[in-house]
Amino acid sequence: MATRRADVGTDLAETDEVERSTVSTGARHEGVWRYRGSYWGKMALGISVTLIIAYVLIDVEPRHNGGSWLGYTLGTAGGGLILWLTMLGVRKRAMTPGRWSLKGWTSAHVYLGLSLVVIGTLHTGFQLGWNVHTLAWVLMMIVIVTGIFGITVYGILPRQLSSNRDETTEAQMLETVTDIDRQLFDTAQPLDADGAAVIQEAIDETPFDGGIGQRLSGKYRGGGTARGLADFRARSSHGDRSLDELYDRLEALLARKQAALSRIRRHLRIKALLQIWLYIHVPMTFALLAALSAHIVSVFFYW
Amino acid sequence: MADAYRIAIVGSGPAGLSAAARAAQLGVSHILIEKTDHLSDTIYKYQKGKHVMATPSQLVLRSDMDFEAGKREVVLGTWDEQTAGHDVNVRLNSEVKAVEGDAGNFRITFADGETVSAENIILAIGTQGNPNLVRCPVDDGAVVQYTLDDPGEYVDEHITIIGGGDAGIENALGLAADPEQNNSVTLVNRGPEFATAKGANVKALLAAGDAGRISILTETTASHIGTGEITFDTRDGETKIRCDRVIARMGSAPPRAFVEACGAEFSGPDRNAFPVLSPTFESSKKGVYVIGALAGYPLIKHCMNQGHDVVEFINGNTTLKPADEPILEAKFKNLPGRKSVDEWLEFLRSSVTILEPMTPLQMREFMLDSEVRAYRRGETLFDRADPGSSLFAIASGSVLVQVDADDPSKTVGIECGSIVGEVGLVSGRRRGSTVVAAEDSICVEIPRMAALKLQSQVPPARDAITRIATERQLLQMFGSGLTKEDIAEIVDSAEIMTIKAGEAIIEEGDTGIDLYVIRSGSMVVEKMVGRKPVFLSYLPAGSYVGEMAVLDDTPRTATVRAAIKSEVIKVDGHAFRALLEKNPELLARARSDVEARENVNNFVEAKKDSFSGVVDMYSSISSFLVENGIGEATDVLLIDENLCVGCDNCEKACADSHEGLSRLNREAGRTYAHLHVPTSCRHCEHPHCMADCPPNAIHRGDDGEVFIDDTCIGCGNCQRNCPYGVIRMEKVPPPKPSLLSWLFFGSGPGPGEPEHDWIEERVAEDTPKQAIKCDMCAGIKGGPACVRACPTGAAIRVAPEEFLSVARLETEQG
Repeated sequence: MATRRADVGTDLAETDEVERSTVSTGARHEGVWRYRGSYWGKMALGISVTLIIAYVLIDVEPRHNGGSWLGYTLGTAGGGLILWLTMLGVRKRAMTPGRWSLKGWTSAHVYLGLSLVVIGTLHTGFQLGWNVHTLAWVLMMIVIVTGIFGITVYGILPRQLSSNRDETTEAQMLETVTDIDRQLFDTAQPLDADGAAVIQEAIDETPFDGGIGQRLSGKYRGGGTARGLADFRARSSHGDRSLDELYDRLEALLARKQAALSRIRRHLRIKALLQIWLYIHVPMTFALLAALSAHIVSVFFYW
Repeated sequence: MADAYRIAIVGSGPAGLSAAARAAQLGVSHILIEKTDHLSDTIYKYQKGKHVMATPSQLVLRSDMDFEAGKREVVLGTWDEQTAGHDVNVRLNSEVKAVEGDAGNFRITFADGETVSAENIILAIGTQGNPNLVRCPVDDGAVVQYTLDDPGEYVDEHITIIGGGDAGIENALGLAADPEQNNSVTLVNRGPEFATAKGANVKALLAAGDAGRISILTETTASHIGTGEITFDTRDGETKIRCDRVIARMGSAPPRAFVEACGAEFSGPDRNAFPVLSPTFESSKKGVYVIGALAGYPLIKHCMNQGHDVVEFINGNTTLKPADEPILEAKFKNLPGRKSVDEWLEFLRSSVTILEPMTPLQMREFMLDSEVRAYRRGETLFDRADPGSSLFAIASGSVLVQVDADDPSKTVGIECGSIVGEVGLVSGRRRGSTVVAAEDSICVEIPRMAALKLQSQVPPARDAITRIATERQLLQMFGSGLTKEDIAEIVDSAEIMTIKAGEAIIEEGDTGIDLYVIRSGSMVVEKMVGRKPVFLSYLPAGSYVGEMAVLDDTPRTATVRAAIKSEVIKVDGHAFRALLEKNPELLARARSDVEARENVNNFVEAKKDSFSGVVDMYSSISSFLVENGIGEATDVLLIDENLCVGCDNCEKACADSHEGLSRLNREAGRTYAHLHVPTSCRHCEHPHCMADCPPNAIHRGDDGEVFIDDTCIGCGNCQRNCPYGVIRMEKVPPPKPSLLSWLFFGSGPGPGEPEHDWIEERVAEDTPKQAIKCDMCAGIKGGPACVRACPTGAAIRVAPEEFLSVARLETEQG
């Protein structure tokens, strides 16, 4: 059985695609970590190792500090790097034409950002104290640590997000909940006041209930729906068959709402985890830039 | 002795009536013979209240009877009145049984045994008495009818109408017009477009389809009609719906037996062939004239003009020119050589192979739609990458196709009588190469719609176009060393087959040796490993398959089945073998190719034990993708959900690269094993969206992208035709404030598509919506924004044949 792609107008022998033993990179999914064979990772590692060796070998009198030639070099490099790393936020939002790829930028951002731990720390010469200079270093470390958290969740959570979603969109998940609520409301009409109150409580529970802690941990105990479900599971009408059927239907609906709620909450939780670190990472970056300015200005005016 | 007349006119439709009125006006003795008890039975049988159209509008009416577009009742009323007013000699309730004798003395015998004699006979009997019948099996008890008198008679029925011509569309609209009747109406059309129907009808039908009053199935044929249900073959396989009544309106063929008995010959053996006629409508039997639908002219205005003209001709007026003469004269005015319109028509018809089967009358109609131009040596017909879907026919001279974009001296000649530009016609792609005149030439440019009409009305023309396309495809495939003569035998034996989705052309283990070329659609190759089919490879249109058996005489080693409804050219294996034997060079190349292929086969065989998990995964992902329309895609966005963090930066980038509207929906769409196919254009090989675009605004660009240009009128046809739901109808928002002013001052909605309300507030209420779809970021440096803007590498755009390549297996194992 021979199979071959024969491009119209070209020679057979030249268009043999199946035979190739490699697939062009464009036709494969290449993650941000493995981008260009982890080029930026190797680069960052090389820089860090070189700097550490240099730090050990170079003898600065009286001791390593930010004001030595090495210290200035490290500081200038670090400051420049911080400014460049900040530019990712602009790059991401400015859809200018050109052969750039945000994946490449992100890859470099991550690896070079990690190397900043070495660059920044060596720049301090381990002279830390209660001053604006150390504040800048601390803020930088906070930004880097939140970034590491970001890398971690980016590595782990997408798969969970995808599995939980199972081809439904966020809008569809919300619609499902609304839809079940409407059915609950219609079905509950024949109930007495007590029962109706229980159902109402279940209807009132939305996917967005609970504080930030619950949203992030995903631990929801005893919502209106759960209570309603327990209530209707326990209810048994005493020989009244029509009520039995009604209770069964409500129980089924409550169970569906419970499932729908937990799916969308899981979805929102994963999405929140994928984003929450940015709420520290980005403001801290701006704080860092401010502290950095103060650090640089004070160094040149008061040293 | 029977009554004797100078002219006997058989049939009292528009053509016959007009002829009789002319004869009456000229004072020529005549008789108008009608089978039924009323005039113009075809129009009489139109639905009650039907609006009768008067197309083509550029044609002037030349008749003693009046006619203008209007309700059926008004049209018939006018004719009845004027027939009486002109003192036309009508004989109703008279079915003609036989016509005997020769010019000057024909004897017409009626069903009741009476006879009349006439010097000349005009046959104006139309074709409605001979409808094309349904060809699929019909169960006993199933209701199938070929006419519809009063759509008001049917209530609460599921009715299927087969045929997307004017008759079918009008029936469907009539049945669905009154919601009170509660009919559920389905219209089935064989092709993707409604080429033979009038534009206004098509528009009304699509509007009704849009409103949900009629369900429209295109690229569909009925495969079985049962009691209460009907089964269809569709593009995507078989489907069955409820159906209480089938109304088949698939056109009609000339009542051939009767016409031949009168002595007139037909142009060919084809069922839809028309009688051979002179420019004065005289058939091959002297004294017998044929006009109207029977002559190949179904439109009322033409029929009436012909009725008028034929009587003038019989009466000795030899200088009379047809009514469309001035229009054609203008078209031929700038051509070299002083020829009359008739001479030009005959010249074009006899010089161009595909036009040859046409009658002079059809040529006239055809040339009203087409253009003819003279080209000086070296003058360009069309340039590479020009948009254009017309077909060019070379009537004199010859042209050169510049096959190499960089080197205009590399050319392939195309000789007089042939066609060029057929690829554009089939795919709607931009021109693949520049074509210039090799010498002073005359070419006919046939617009897409006219070419489709030509193919549907003149089957030999369709066959000729198919043959030329096949020949070119084979020549290109086998390489440059071969000539047309070398492969003549293969082309003769080639057969075009339509393959349903899922159907196999080659079964593993079979002993056939035929070769298949995929003309449209795509195929997948599978091999049984253990008891499971393993996906081997994907074959897009333009590939060929099956030559290993020709070389080695071995049984087929894999199964090849259609991913979507496809067309293949089946090439006889023996003819191919003969070609190989004559061409050692080709044989050697084929051999080395086959060896390479065997290596791949062996590789997969070997993998099945050691890496069966990987093979399984590859196989099932491939099947999933093919199920989701990747089989007809040329470029598709795929998201690896192991990497996607859901930031929607792809959507934002898309919106910011295109007037603020995103052309993709990341979250929607199908997913398998974390591989997600979002709702985004696949740039199909034969785009469904292109099928019915009134302003012809959808084209295929240089890089294969299917795009919509500024001439979009916002009708929404493309959105309805797209099976993947990737086209949006939206108002284009005004430009947003710049990114920096958003970043620093918070002005504007920020990156990405603005909220719906933000747009609504800023555009005028009556701003027309436009069709919005992916254009693969054509013209934007750096390529698709969605891919460039993905921070994690989750989004890629790929051609399916690359993504589905076996080579992935090797790569993934490192």
